[in-house]
Amino acid sequence: MSEEKKPKRRDFLYTASYAVGAVGIGAAVWPLIDQMNPDSSVKALASTEVDVSLVEPGKSITVLWRGKPVFIKRRTQEEISEARAVNLDDLIDPEKDEDRAKNPEWLVMLGVCTHLGCVPLEDKGDYNGWFCPCHGSHYDTSGRIRKGPAPENMQIPKYEFVSSNIIKIG
Amino acid sequence: MSDHNYVPSSKLGKWFNDRLPLLSLSAHLREYPTPKNLNYWWTFGGILTFCLFGQIITGIVLAMHYVAQADLAFESVEHIMRDVNYGWLIRYFHANGSSMFFLAVYIHIFRSLYYGSHKSPREVIWIIGMIIYFLMMMTAFMGYVLPWGQMSFWAATVITNLFSAVPFIGESITNWLWGGYAVDSPTLTRFYALHYLFPFLILGLVILHIWALHIPGNNNPVGIDVKKPSKDTVPFHPYIVIKDLFALLVFLTLFAFFVFYAPNLLGHPDNYIEANPLVTPTHIVPEWYLLPFYAILRSIPDKLLGVVAMFASIFVLIILPWLDTSKIRSAIFRPLYKQFYWILVLDVIVLGYMGALPPEGIYLLIARVATAYYFIHFLVILPVLGSKEKTIPLPLSISEPVLNEASDVVKNNKMNTE
Repeated sequence: MSEEKKPKRRDFLYTASYAVGAVGIGAAVWPLIDQMNPDSSVKALASTEVDVSLVEPGKSITVLWRGKPVFIKRRTQEEISEARAVNLDDLIDPEKDEDRAKNPEWLVMLGVCTHLGCVPLEDKGDYNGWFCPCHGSHYDTSGRIRKGPAPENMQIPKYEFVSSNIIKIG
Repeated sequence: MSDHNYVPSSKLGKWFNDRLPLLSLSAHLREYPTPKNLNYWWTFGGILTFCLFGQIITGIVLAMHYVAQADLAFESVEHIMRDVNYGWLIRYFHANGSSMFFLAVYIHIFRSLYYGSHKSPREVIWIIGMIIYFLMMMTAFMGYVLPWGQMSFWAATVITNLFSAVPFIGESITNWLWGGYAVDSPTLTRFYALHYLFPFLILGLVILHIWALHIPGNNNPVGIDVKKPSKDTVPFHPYIVIKDLFALLVFLTLFAFFVFYAPNLLGHPDNYIEANPLVTPTHIVPEWYLLPFYAILRSIPDKLLGVVAMFASIFVLIILPWLDTSKIRSAIFRPLYKQFYWILVLDVIVLGYMGALPPEGIYLLIARVATAYYFIHFLVILPVLGSKEKTIPLPLSISEPVLNEASDVVKNNKMNTE
């Protein structure tokens, strides 16, 4: 090599070749990685309709949506007022009950613990809501995390009332 | 490989060996000088090789009958158990084989820790070993998912959800791992593909592990460097081969006990219930060999930090050769290390026990103390011991202490060189 540090034509060719090679390898590897993402048939099952006319107050049903359980709970007046009376400062993940249940009587949420994905049990735990048996997270009557290792409230999926008795999730 | 000039006796052998020196390799493996004082804790390398081949062979056979699809997987495992000729035997061998594999690997690892086999010049052997151990855990976890029982499903859910703790991209990672929005058929199928692949990666690493071992040669209970070959060594074949085979037979007795008399003792009855994404079993626990890590995960009240601590507990083992700063290898000559070693053994057993119990009250407290001690052992005690500990003087050779004693004894006493 010459003593001068000035880049030569050959250095430019090396760098250009490496750059093109890296882009080429990246382009070739991406399909191999992306094939593991949810495929079209999985994405196609993105919404489901549920008839809730038979759910009594204080009771709930669990339906499967995208492979995950969704709790549809018809809350009693006490449960609603308990959820609304909570001081937001007491919450780990502050969120108003009004924002979680548009129609206060119906709480629709993913029945998946935000810790490591177990299904919490209903009417258990220290806050009259749900309790996750796997690692001991307690949720209140609005499905908000109150105690335990879970970092967030149980998620609210996108849903709407198609009619007074039918909820469309997704 | 050690340098020696092996020349095959036959003309054909010489012709072949000049082109591919497999016969030289075989000669090297037979003559390989091994310290003559290796005790039975050194037989687990051979036992582990047996376990790996046992799992690969039974696994390939099971793959001929198993169906990796969520609607059929559970049934196909029952089909193996009830209909396939000797299917029950092959499956029970494979399922209990993983437990026996881990039992042997834990003994193998703790033997290294006691006799300082992880120290210079054997760091690379140790690191390869730890990578093998990590791959074994992943392989065992994915294998546990395949029968698609309740424990399979919820173990898959909990473990893949560990990645949801990653900030910002956690959810994308879990969806990518699952191939959906929850553990489902795509997850099962890819776990099956990887469960089939990983043992062969392990096999490749085992070859590197043994290759790296054959550069400096075996450590030994005294932990001193041994001249090779010398009066302190014996050829691998037949001395070590026979000893390893005897130990393997004893090990197989225990293995056979589990396979034939208690095939489900180490399993969990909930895994005979088909996977149900709507119901989580009330008490979910991983297989026994993962319990200490599970206890560490649960003892930290923060999701991300819990996951970090769990991975850190494995990573700390990889960098161990640089944490354990003492130049003396064997615990025989390290009176303080010997005590801390046994406290660590106890600590890991306590962690495992706490991992099996519900994380509440006193159990949680004990798990937290044990977790803290685990890290203190590696990050504080070992580096400090390296400079502070007063060690016992080392013998000059393996034979020296024995020969000095022998000179006092009547000459015609037969000496046992084993």
